[in-house]
Amino acid sequence: MITSEPVITVKNMVKKFGNFVANDNLNFEVYKGEIFGFIGANGAGKTTAIRILCGLSTPTSGVMKVAGYDIYRQTEKIKQNIGYMSQKFSLYEDLTIYENIRFYGGIYGMNMAERKARTAEMLERLELTEYENRKIGDLPLGWKQKLAFSIAILHNPKIVFLDEPTGGVDPITRRQFWNLIYEAVEKGITVFVTTHYMDEAEYCDRVSIMADGKIVALDTPQKLKEQYNASNMDEVFLKIAR
Amino acid sequence: MRTLFYILQKEFIQIFRNKSMLPIIFVMPLVQMLVLVFAATNELRQVDLAIVDFDHSVSSREMVAGIKGNPFFKVRQNPENTTDAENLLIGNKIDLALVIPRYFDKDLKTNKHADVQVLVDAVNGNAAQLSLGYLSTVIGSYSASVLNSGVKPVFRPMKTVDIKPTYWFNPELNYKYYMAPGILVVLITVVGMLLGGMNLVREKELGTIEQINVTPLKKWQFIAGKLLPFLVIGLFDLGFGLLVARLAFNIPIRGSLLLLFSLASIYLVLVLSWGLFISTISDTQQQATFVAFFSLIVFIMMSGLFTPVESMPDWAQKLDFINPLYYFVKIMRSVLLKGSNFADIFNEFAALSVFAASLFGLAIFRYRKTS
Repeated sequence: MITSEPVITVKNMVKKFGNFVANDNLNFEVYKGEIFGFIGANGAGKTTAIRILCGLSTPTSGVMKVAGYDIYRQTEKIKQNIGYMSQKFSLYEDLTIYENIRFYGGIYGMNMAERKARTAEMLERLELTEYENRKIGDLPLGWKQKLAFSIAILHNPKIVFLDEPTGGVDPITRRQFWNLIYEAVEKGITVFVTTHYMDEAEYCDRVSIMADGKIVALDTPQKLKEQYNASNMDEVFLKIAR
Repeated sequence: MRTLFYILQKEFIQIFRNKSMLPIIFVMPLVQMLVLVFAATNELRQVDLAIVDFDHSVSSREMVAGIKGNPFFKVRQNPENTTDAENLLIGNKIDLALVIPRYFDKDLKTNKHADVQVLVDAVNGNAAQLSLGYLSTVIGSYSASVLNSGVKPVFRPMKTVDIKPTYWFNPELNYKYYMAPGILVVLITVVGMLLGGMNLVREKELGTIEQINVTPLKKWQFIAGKLLPFLVIGLFDLGFGLLVARLAFNIPIRGSLLLLFSLASIYLVLVLSWGLFISTISDTQQQATFVAFFSLIVFIMMSGLFTPVESMPDWAQKLDFINPLYYFVKIMRSVLLKGSNFADIFNEFAALSVFAASLFGLAIFRYRKTS
């Protein structure tokens, strides 16, 4: 259910590293319940923006709200309400699937009954129940990514940030991964996803295309294709980037 | 509190799942106690010397026999002249050369006074003084025996005031009693600084800290989670090392063990916080190890572990005011050897507590969830 109620508001977001401007005056809103895509080439500034919204990095200037909380003063409140999956796999590889879930469930303050129910449901959905005592480091990449996503939404956050979640994963697993995303949206979680796969852009409700730290286009895939007279998002992207 | 439980659970699983951790926990105390305590001795085992005897008399042979009979001295060679003796000294073949001049026997009998020359390799000043001291004692006792047998020579003035020392706390002047408590301090310092402190920067390298930093986990909880497991391991190693020292050297444990372990806990919080602070300002394990190692060496060398603090220059003694090892080496030695109680070491306790609290605070402050 896409609403017009913004869960993320970004006004004049600027991030500079020395003289380099990674995010040059970004303005956008993300609505509750939508899949919002951040599309752009490597180095366009997608990761920088996502890290700022998750509270991992401080912006140089701008006014931003995530889940209704101010990004400068209420970072810890924001953190209780978001999930994050980084580009680099960052669960504990020396811990088992079960131990990772228990740890993250524990530090998000889930009570034991809730955690156990969610864990069972999640492992069953991922068909990993029989592998729960396997170390994560021993799993294939596709499994790891799906698991990382499921752990990122274990505590039922309002918003989940996914930074190139399907990088290096085969097309079938990517499709399965997107099914997981749709299921999360059905539960009411807003999804903020960055990618440079244009087919994935089609799956988003709205996409913003970034180039050189700026947002150069922002609309639904359908409208963008009409506007640029293109048959798919790949063509849109090439026309804009050119 | 429940959150802290989950962090500790995770840390302990990871520590004991690491295959190199158990050997480190058990082998390190064994090696340090059984090897380093022996290696860090100031006692002389054997002095190699050469004797140039120009006199070839009964008296000179008697004196040489006295030296040869002493277990400390090993007469390597008997060169014909002083030049050869000097070359042996320069070539590191001997530590000492004794030159007995011609007419030694005659001087002794007619003048009741004779001179000998001693050349000492004084590269290691401490050892040089000790070996010269031993040799003087051996020659002195020969002198005394000649004195009693009627020849009455004089090598040195007769003692008029007789000193009868009583050595307290370590009557046999057993060097191991002195070193073992100090080496134990090094042991738990290394555990704290290198094992414990480096643990955090490892999460930075692996990238797992990123996932932690997006959770609502509090900074102090994360730091405490990194600190407590190694506090336990450090205390365990202290106990294990103490047991080894007790069994191997029978070192005295005169003070309260409860007091000792309580102070060790404060000390470990201090060392671990220092290690964690280094971790928070480093990006890689390599950087962190370097900084930790550098500070470790400075602290150890200045702690009074190997050389008495009293013989350091004034400014260095003042610097020890901020050296945690200086305080804890002192505490360990006083509690174990002298049986000091809490009141005796209150000043050291106060200093360690202040440093531990400030460094723990500093580590938490410096750990940034947002870069």
